Amino acid sequence: METTENVLHQHSENHEGSWEGAAAPFNISYGKLMMWYFLLSDAFTFAGFLIAYGALRFSSPSWPVPDFVFSTAPFGIHDAPLIFVTVMSFLLIISSVTMVRAVQEGHRENKRGVVFWMFLTIIGGAGFLGCQAWEWTNLIGKENMSVTTNPFGSHIDAGTYLDEKGNATGETFKAGASYLLHKSEEGGHDEGHAEGHHAMAKGDHPNAFVDNDGFIHKKFKLASGPAAGQVQMEEFGPKAFGALFFFITGFHGFHVLSGVAFLLIIMINVASGVYASRKNGYEMVEKIGLYWHFVDLVWVFVFLVFYLF
Amino acid sequence: MSHKTYEESKKAVVKGLFLLGFVTLIEVFISLFGKGHIIPGINDITWIAYPVGFIIAVLSIYKAYFIIYEFMHMAYEVKGLALTVLLPTSLLIWALFAFFQEGTAWKARREFVKEKNAKTVEPLKGKQGYVEDTSLFRL
Repeated sequence: METTENVLHQHSENHEGSWEGAAAPFNISYGKLMMWYFLLSDAFTFAGFLIAYGALRFSSPSWPVPDFVFSTAPFGIHDAPLIFVTVMSFLLIISSVTMVRAVQEGHRENKRGVVFWMFLTIIGGAGFLGCQAWEWTNLIGKENMSVTTNPFGSHIDAGTYLDEKGNATGETFKAGASYLLHKSEEGGHDEGHAEGHHAMAKGDHPNAFVDNDGFIHKKFKLASGPAAGQVQMEEFGPKAFGALFFFITGFHGFHVLSGVAFLLIIMINVASGVYASRKNGYEMVEKIGLYWHFVDLVWVFVFLVFYLF
Repeated sequence: MSHKTYEESKKAVVKGLFLLGFVTLIEVFISLFGKGHIIPGINDITWIAYPVGFIIAVLSIYKAYFIIYEFMHMAYEVKGLALTVLLPTSLLIWALFAFFQEGTAWKARREFVKEKNAKTVEPLKGKQGYVEDTSLFRL
């Protein structure tokens, strides 16, 4: 098997000294080395984002619980914590594996094999993007999360919700329990919610407060903690959560999107025989492969930080 | 590149697929266990989050190692290349500790400010301009 490295290695050994300018540093081609260093710099960008997430999360007295926030999936599935995002992870892992196969076929100068496995890789990447589009649509459109608004909050102390007359109901919650602020539906067309908060006038009610944006802040009586016995209402969750979520997963999603675009371009070039004529074991496929694995690598940490912790 | 035959490397790819998939499933399971979805009530134990967080972090680092060394072929590159990539990355370990410490400090500051804001000070009689709350400047 004649691969790029072997070619370069033999080539550099044929010269007497490294001073001839023929030796490749680290026995690797220029393009691949620069791809590694680009990925290194990109890793620092992602690390900066994720560390900022960690610092802000540590600085906040409460934080939305991921298994509550990310518990919906398409086809009306509710209360399925992390299931959808696990499927997304599998899509990226599978597309990473098909990319390895494409690189292997490239080393064998098997054009059909490269095109076939790259095509599967593109399908995987596009599938991931589709899933992310659904996730964002659900968060923005249905759950009303935005860069500046985070309706996912959590209770600091235990308590009981109030009913329409302002009396304590049987609906209790524990300290640390999560909640989602629903919006008052003007038309009442949302069929999925059984909470009964479809249409409430703005302003103060005995059991809730509806703010100017229509968010319903349910009222409750605290049963524990320093303010036990007081009536309070559900507040918005930490504001930074929305911005961090959309910017970090968006930045990763943009990497996937550009990866899919480059994979498409390179696959078309492979099919039209551009790289076969270079006779370097389809090195361009290897380079986009490095990038594609990196996107999967970053997802490992985005997945860890946003969904598992 | 790899010192394997074509058939061997094809098998290694399938092995990698199952390994990464399996580790991901374990991670999700442990994460849900720590949040009390497998055994209800286990999340009431406050320290459970620490071993759970540690295990899933280690498993994620293992996945990262596998992707870099096998899929990105770092294992078959010259050692110097691996070092130029991995040594700068290791600086981030310091950043992790520093910034998480920083975040914890912000939280403590904010709580301190809240606490001070909630305090009511009795209006003083007689001595005007005498600041009672600052022991440092007390003459």
